[in-house]
Amino acid sequence: MKLTKTLLATAALTATAGAVIAADMADKMTIVSWGGAYSNSQLKAYHEPYMKMTGVEIINDESSAEAVAKLRAMNEAGNVTWDVVDVVASDALRLCDEGLAMEIDPDEHLAAAPDGTSAKDDFGDLLVGDCFIPQIVYSTTFGYRTDMVGDNPPDDICDVFDLEAYPGKRALEKRPINNVEWALLCDGVAKADVYDVLATEAGQERALAKLGTIKDQVIWWSAGADTPQLLADGEIVMGSTYNGRLFSVIEEQDQPVAMLWDAQVFDLDGWIIPTGLSDERLARALDYIRFATDTQRLADQAKYISYGPARKSSAPLVGKHAELGIDMAPHMPTDPNNAKNTFLYNYEFWADYRDDIDAKFQAWLAK
Amino acid sequence: MSETTTDAGPVLAADGTPLKRSLHRALRMQKMRALALIAPLLLFVLLTFIAPIADMLFRSVENEIVAETLPDTVVALADWDATSDQPPGEQVFESLYFDLFLAAEAKQHTKLGTRLNYEQTGISSLFRTSGRKVDDIGEEFQDVIEDIDPTWKEGRFWYQMMSGSGGDALLDERRDRLSALTSNSMAGDIGFDLSAEIARLLPNTARAYSDFAIFTALADEDVVAEEDPWEAVYAALGVDLRDADTRAAIGAYSGNGAEALQNLAAAAGQLPDFTFREAFLDVDEDWGDLDNWRTMQVYSPRLTSGYFLNAVDMQKGLDGPIERPENQQIYMKLFERTLIMSLVITGSCILLGYPVAWILANLPARTANMLMILVLLPFWTSLLVRTSAWKVMLQQQGVINDVLVWLGLVADDSRLVMINNQFGTIVAMTHILLPFMILPLYSVMQTIPPTYLRAAKSLGATNWTAFWRVYFPQSVPGIGAGSILVFILSIGYYITPEIVGGTTGTFISNRIAYHISSSLNWGLAAALGTILLAVVLILYWAYDKIVGIDNVKLGG
Repeated sequence: MKLTKTLLATAALTATAGAVIAADMADKMTIVSWGGAYSNSQLKAYHEPYMKMTGVEIINDESSAEAVAKLRAMNEAGNVTWDVVDVVASDALRLCDEGLAMEIDPDEHLAAAPDGTSAKDDFGDLLVGDCFIPQIVYSTTFGYRTDMVGDNPPDDICDVFDLEAYPGKRALEKRPINNVEWALLCDGVAKADVYDVLATEAGQERALAKLGTIKDQVIWWSAGADTPQLLADGEIVMGSTYNGRLFSVIEEQDQPVAMLWDAQVFDLDGWIIPTGLSDERLARALDYIRFATDTQRLADQAKYISYGPARKSSAPLVGKHAELGIDMAPHMPTDPNNAKNTFLYNYEFWADYRDDIDAKFQAWLAK
Repeated sequence: MSETTTDAGPVLAADGTPLKRSLHRALRMQKMRALALIAPLLLFVLLTFIAPIADMLFRSVENEIVAETLPDTVVALADWDATSDQPPGEQVFESLYFDLFLAAEAKQHTKLGTRLNYEQTGISSLFRTSGRKVDDIGEEFQDVIEDIDPTWKEGRFWYQMMSGSGGDALLDERRDRLSALTSNSMAGDIGFDLSAEIARLLPNTARAYSDFAIFTALADEDVVAEEDPWEAVYAALGVDLRDADTRAAIGAYSGNGAEALQNLAAAAGQLPDFTFREAFLDVDEDWGDLDNWRTMQVYSPRLTSGYFLNAVDMQKGLDGPIERPENQQIYMKLFERTLIMSLVITGSCILLGYPVAWILANLPARTANMLMILVLLPFWTSLLVRTSAWKVMLQQQGVINDVLVWLGLVADDSRLVMINNQFGTIVAMTHILLPFMILPLYSVMQTIPPTYLRAAKSLGATNWTAFWRVYFPQSVPGIGAGSILVFILSIGYYITPEIVGGTTGTFISNRIAYHISSSLNWGLAAALGTILLAVVLILYWAYDKIVGIDNVKLGG
């Protein structure tokens, strides 16, 4: 075992030699994110001002989708080449559980709000894990083709399950999370009871049975870009995806698509710092985090993408889109008009039930 | 006579050494030189191919985490009868407390929770919350002990009481235990020597304090004498004092801290008398759930067949493997589907590739080369681009459907579904893998002299007979090579089925990828991968037996 570990470490070292040299120099850091419009918003709102201010060179790595697996592999090889990593909250919890992410004390490591409110209070409930520094609130919600629904646009989550009023294909994510909650909600379960029901075998079958009523009409997506593409091509009448993706289809690409905000599921995305960084890299990472999560920076990001800033103090500062010049507030998932009926991703529940329900979901899909 | 003697002796080389040895040496030199020449490649293959595969194979049975995180609990739990409806005894809960406390200090308990959650839903949060609250159990002892005698609040007093000589054996044992837990070496000076007398008098306390001292000095890099001991050390002292013999022995003890110990022993009646079982049920009632304990017992050995059983839709039961519930069975179906679809893809590659290769082989060289570039062109295009192009072609609002509707062959409201199903996967993968069939076929066909066909025809064979009896048998090695290439490539294909396969056209590799990058169940991914590897090797072996691997040719 020791031999293979050494061998693997050597192999990994050779493969990533370039990155190691880059990161070891105090004036360079590697930041991992999701790519696309999202990375671009971070580049504009965080990286560019930070580079200008400190002279640090920031290297972007678009590996967030596989961040947990890659960090685990790096950690086993004893060679972590990333300095700051952008992950969704559920992944941050797993990284924390695995000891791959560093514990952060918000009041010690993060900037207070301009009015003096401590970081802990400013982020409030959104500090869902010991290692996780929230950055944005995004939601998974539905978009529909306005030209395919006639005079009766869908305004209820259960319209997704109504094949008579809204015939045509739908796109849903190829995993149980969110789908089973919506299914139960539309099968008559009260919002407060959804997770109690879902914790039982019968409840899980009930959710899958409800999804079964539309199974023939579903295209299952695994990349966030799929649904916008399918909507633009007219392949589907409605589909779920991240609200920022739909914003760009509607406002930036001007497609005949509209939002169905009902029962949108809030989730969080933010930063973690990997464990095992050298002192100088850690100092740099903490310095960057303090800068990039202050009130103004979080508000700045909303100029480029329609995700809500995670600090309460940032909300009033959200302005207009940097290029389109439209007001961003009505496009935020947290806007009162959009957030009439919402879900918050249940991290604790899914940490426990993810493997179990996923196995059943995949077996059901393959049937 | 003298000539006969020379004949009987060994033949000598020019320099006088026996010829045999000289030859041997020369041969060995040659071998060494050859080895030195291939050494870089050998090392490369070893490092980047053999070692990772060996590591992966090992992961499919490796299960050290349970025994390393909860060593004493595992030993105590082994005696528990899992078929009974009684929870494990107090000894198990007591061991669990000390094991879990250490694991939580080293932040390893959540890892174990994640591991066991693959087998039993809910264990993940059970360990996470218990790790957070495990301090409370010890605090109950700590508060009482400190109330009885405030001296116990001082880290320095503890240090003096526990210090002495002769306790090295216990310290070394605890070092090994901690380094197994944290996967870090726990060697080095800790600035603390355990008193053998105390270790005899208060065995639990000595163990817990040693853990504390080693961890404080080596993991936290603090000075042992200046730190207040963990809650677990107070709990251990409380456990020691529950024993009447120990209390009696304390009366006769006269070393460091004797007075404080005797005060404590006198007031032992005030110490908390709850059982650790009660304490754990207080922390989380799921500790009373026997299924959690059964899972821990079943998965306590260092090697497990659990991942492999899971990979064939079974699970470890109390009396050996049992089938998984039907609503969780998926892997056998996926293996079957992967094999069948790979065969179909190989078959359609032969059907499409054979005529193309035949034309290429029979055209004049210049035209053949031009056409060859067309065959190779897809190789120079990104795989993702080619797959996405098929999406544009096949989807319901796509090119093919549009053309069919325009021609009036298909009604606008009943467009064909050609993607996100098996059909889509087969079409896209056949296209992508076609060059791997055409190239070996072409190079084999080129070596078949055209005169054979002409000779067959001049002897009266029809076109078909000449082809089937003369030409085709000679091209079989090319078909064999192409089929092996295409089949083995397609069996492990991942990205194309993921994009165009929908739910019915995905392969086993998509599940492997899911377990590697998403569920992080690397053990299961390794077991699935190992099975896939074994299937390929068996098929290769069968092919060798039936057709003969000598019959495979990649070229002339």
